[in-house]
Amino acid sequence: MVSTTDKDRHSRNQSPDSLMNPPVAKTEKPAVVRKTGVDAAAKTVANFSVRFVQYLDEAGKIVHDLPGFAEDNVKLLEMFRSMLLLHHFDHKVLMLARTGKIGTYPGTLGQEAVGVGMAHTLYDSDILVPYYRSVTDLYVRGARLHEVLLFWIGDERGLDFKDPRLKNDLPIPICIASQIPQAAGVANSIRIRGQKNRAVLTAIGDGGTSEGDFYEGLNCAGVWNLPLVIVINNNRWALTEPNTCQTGCQTLAQKAIAGGFEGIQVDGNDVIAVRATVEQAMQKARSGGGPTLIEAMTYRLCAHTTIDNMDRYVDKQEYEEAWKKEPLIRLRLLLQEREVLNDAVETRMLNEIKEEIEQEVDLAVNLAKQPPEAIFDYLYAELPERQQAQRNEVIDRWGEK
Amino acid sequence: MASICLLEGVNLALRHEMGRDKDVVTLGQDVGKSGGVFRATDGLYEKYGELRVLDTPLAESLIVGLSVGMASQQIRPVAEIQFMGFIFPAFNQIATAAARMRNRTRGRITLPMVVRMPYGGGIHAPEHHSESTEALLAHLPGIKVVVPSTPERAYGLLLAAIRDPDPVFFLEPKRIYRAGKQEVEDNGEAYPLETCFIDREGSDITLVSWGAMMRETLEAAELMEKEGVSCEVIDLVTLNPVDTATIVESVEKTGRCVIVHEATRAGGLGSEIAAELSEKALLSLYAPIGRVTGYDTIVPYPRTEHYFMPSTERIVDEIRKAMEYH
Repeated sequence: MVSTTDKDRHSRNQSPDSLMNPPVAKTEKPAVVRKTGVDAAAKTVANFSVRFVQYLDEAGKIVHDLPGFAEDNVKLLEMFRSMLLLHHFDHKVLMLARTGKIGTYPGTLGQEAVGVGMAHTLYDSDILVPYYRSVTDLYVRGARLHEVLLFWIGDERGLDFKDPRLKNDLPIPICIASQIPQAAGVANSIRIRGQKNRAVLTAIGDGGTSEGDFYEGLNCAGVWNLPLVIVINNNRWALTEPNTCQTGCQTLAQKAIAGGFEGIQVDGNDVIAVRATVEQAMQKARSGGGPTLIEAMTYRLCAHTTIDNMDRYVDKQEYEEAWKKEPLIRLRLLLQEREVLNDAVETRMLNEIKEEIEQEVDLAVNLAKQPPEAIFDYLYAELPERQQAQRNEVIDRWGEK
Repeated sequence: MASICLLEGVNLALRHEMGRDKDVVTLGQDVGKSGGVFRATDGLYEKYGELRVLDTPLAESLIVGLSVGMASQQIRPVAEIQFMGFIFPAFNQIATAAARMRNRTRGRITLPMVVRMPYGGGIHAPEHHSESTEALLAHLPGIKVVVPSTPERAYGLLLAAIRDPDPVFFLEPKRIYRAGKQEVEDNGEAYPLETCFIDREGSDITLVSWGAMMRETLEAAELMEKEGVSCEVIDLVTLNPVDTATIVESVEKTGRCVIVHEATRAGGLGSEIAAELSEKALLSLYAPIGRVTGYDTIVPYPRTEHYFMPSTERIVDEIRKAMEYH
């Protein structure tokens, strides 16, 4: 448990007391000790703490009584399958990038438990506001892999998610943290309409918490007690920069304290902990209890994107240690212990997964390009005259003859 | 029918539309109980309550981001940015979200939202309270930019902006917020966007302007009339998209054009209109297209601001120059 008090904060720097009271020359008579410093005068007016949640440790050991859903092997197997699929999808996309079939793609290797755990808590009526490293939650929500891939290949149709569950969900944003004020706005639409039992779930990276938009959205969520849950995928890296470049805080969860609501840290490689923690926060949000910030501690086992080279900045030993904690290992051990998973079952699962991935990749890569005039067709409800002329020009130049 | 000023026209449109459509909400710093620093939202809080007239935290990016989020769920937010000079923190939300949402989701998510803001100089305000940076907004495809110049246009255009299915930036010329009154009927009739108004018909020269500068432009036209020069005066109204056809048609008739705006000249909207005219009406022109604009300087502070602001005299001079050109 991390406790954030005035004392802790001051210990980072020189004590203000020593600045206020320089040493005084000794006199003959013992002086009456007068505590004139600000610290002596100050009374504690608020105290905060940040808690950490874990059910399953990296060795697959149950460290706390499991929540109800975790007794259900079908549910756990479903999450395991999603994580395994996304794990392999990441690998597949990297191969596609290396063969020049796709360009930039932000992977989720090692962070599968965050997106999968959080998305499993969504009701169909809830609203998901993803971030750019969100293939995991989008997949569980019902987006197809080929849609996400299509977006990153460079086709706007990828964000026109077809599954009805994603009808009101926002698209993948690129600009860091811009989704947080937007998610607050989505949550505010629920508040304005007085809708019960509905909440918004959004995500952000650890680097994103340095952005002004993050604080602005967080602050507003607190002021309006919005039905909003923000999950930080703390994978320790903001592109090439480690956490230490992003914050002087002990935790990112404690940033919620400034927003006036609870921030909680969770083992982001423990899918049971992620799901349980997000579930509780979502229930709280749906029932009018307001927002929660959840910091999921994980590790980015892939480069920032397919065009980044992490060898330049990641410590090899740290990276190898992180692999030992990746989220599939512990869940696999638990499921094997429960005798619902073994090598044969997993191999069968993997074959299915690989087939699904191949199909999705084919769909994305082989989808015919949009016609040239499509660059104009979604600018406005009605295309202004100027763009109509330009549209005609593009059709004349590029359209099918 | 009531006699109201431009600011009251804004208020009347908001009041009308919030009464007609319960999905319309307004938000911003100070818009609630106080009714806004200029009183544009006066009385709305009492009438529609705190859930629809939202005093937000003081954060412009948040205000626009919230609007994007609400509009994505088909709430119709009308956000107020207190002064156009404070829009810059919100520019990311405007350019990367508001302007692009329909396009990047292939029409799955659309944003029926309005961002209102007072703009322009001449009110002896402190730094950052006098800019006319409309061209920065008008440059972005995916949004509309609208500027009213009279009370009834403020009413009719704001109704249109709120009902529009796409983001509309509604720039209110604060210098003329209370400058004159006009009979405005609260009939709920919206003006079309994308359509100029021809405020004065003429045959010798076309004057194009918008917002507060319409006053000086019309005044110059009046003065020139006495010298026997017949000016056609166009209120541009919608800065993105521009109703080029009306301007071209007018210039084909008059053969001369002067564009008047308060914003700085280089890359201002006048440049775009002049370029369109050179492409579409070159052979109709008897004289180079003239521009009367703010100079390419930082908008001066109030003590020297009058050197910067286009005046009736400067407009008259430019018209004479065009008329005397041969």
